[in-house]
Amino acid sequence: MFWDWNYVWEITPTLLRASVVTIQATLLGFVLAAVLGLVLAILRMSKTGWISVTAAGFVEFIRSTPVLIQIFFIFFVFPEFGIVLPAMAAGVIALGLHYGSYCSEVYRAGLENVPKGQWEASTALNLSPYITFRDIIIPQAIPPVVPALGNYLVALFKETPLLSAIAVLELMQTAKILGSQSFRYVEPITLVGGFFLVMSLVAAAFIRQLEAYLNRTLRNPGGAR
Amino acid sequence: MQLRPLAVCAIVFFTAGLAVSSFAGFREFIPGLLQGAAITIQITIGGCLLAVVMALIAAMAKMYGPLPLRWLAVAYIEVFRGTSALVQLFWLFFVLPHFGVNLDPMTVAITALGLNVGAYGAEVVRGAVNAVARGQWEASVALNMPRALALRRIILPQAFVAMIPPWGNLFIELLKATALVSLITISDLTFKAQQMNQTTFRTIEIFTIVLVVYLALSVLITVGMRTLETFAARGIARGR
Repeated sequence: MFWDWNYVWEITPTLLRASVVTIQATLLGFVLAAVLGLVLAILRMSKTGWISVTAAGFVEFIRSTPVLIQIFFIFFVFPEFGIVLPAMAAGVIALGLHYGSYCSEVYRAGLENVPKGQWEASTALNLSPYITFRDIIIPQAIPPVVPALGNYLVALFKETPLLSAIAVLELMQTAKILGSQSFRYVEPITLVGGFFLVMSLVAAAFIRQLEAYLNRTLRNPGGAR
Repeated sequence: MQLRPLAVCAIVFFTAGLAVSSFAGFREFIPGLLQGAAITIQITIGGCLLAVVMALIAAMAKMYGPLPLRWLAVAYIEVFRGTSALVQLFWLFFVLPHFGVNLDPMTVAITALGLNVGAYGAEVVRGAVNAVARGQWEASVALNMPRALALRRIILPQAFVAMIPPWGNLFIELLKATALVSLITISDLTFKAQQMNQTTFRTIEIFTIVLVVYLALSVLITVGMRTLETFAARGIARGR
């Protein structure tokens, strides 16, 4: 007997409760990544050499080391400096940091695609750099890159099982505990796999819709440009 | 284009590594961590080879295969891109034995990571093949080449050049994903680090060294792929 439906119904409520933690971690991590990514992208565009090089070095470093080690680093090393974080917070920060550096590349593409004339016009109108960014550049730079950011949201969602390594009770950890209690790993792990597959297929379909919508509206944004 | 920040970064961390190396007791960690790094490298190489093979097969099946084969390839790509690498690893490790398939952890690691990255790679291959100019196909037809021959002699060699940079990214993804295999009892770099951390509590040194080792490995992949790209592009330019 490979597949026991009774057991499936028995564990489904527990897994659904755990999926709430997974989704929380995804959303919190992504909010952090989205904000941090924008900050890193703007720092990287800075005219001051050492700021942009530091930001670029930071992004390259984060992007070329495994997120699991970063999770361990924040969870195990930060306490040595007196910063003790609960497992969930450490995990969310690590995921946010890792995907923030990916997102910064996406933002950078968006920012660099804003025509130079927009900057020149802002200078001509005597707008401060802050106002220029907030009211002129960001509103034009962000919408075209929203689908790419969405892809990273899905990628971050698929990385949340890593939090099981620092004992956050998310889906994967719950499935492993259920498996070790009953010695039946087939159902819990397959259900978790199915959950991720369905969620990411739905999200991918949603992003495609969004992309089509943005393509239609951005072609002619109210006759402007 | 990104070589400069990378170089800066490498230099900064090389000095950081030197600074770390002056820490007392540094010598006790290095041999163990290098053993772990050897396992990490083995899995990376094995996984990359499997990924390239799977990507080529899946892309060819998806583009030119008969219908059932095409569905199979689509299912493979969607399933492996749609679920987490860790879930796939655990599935192969914990679930397959229930079906009577017992693989040793190394095989599981290489298979899971290779299949995972291969699914992403299939899309890379497909994109690169589609990017080859239509005229090349038409010329092959005009020269009365069978499709398989045209694909092998004309299309794939040109697609190969376009594929190299995205494959470089995927190989780095794979290298980073090998950290996951520590969770299925393989004593790779990450596993060794955790083990040492639990016995010595020298957390800062150990995890910093580990980060630097992973960074060095990925810089190695970047440099290797860039060299390959230069050589491959040179061949193509002569062909034109």
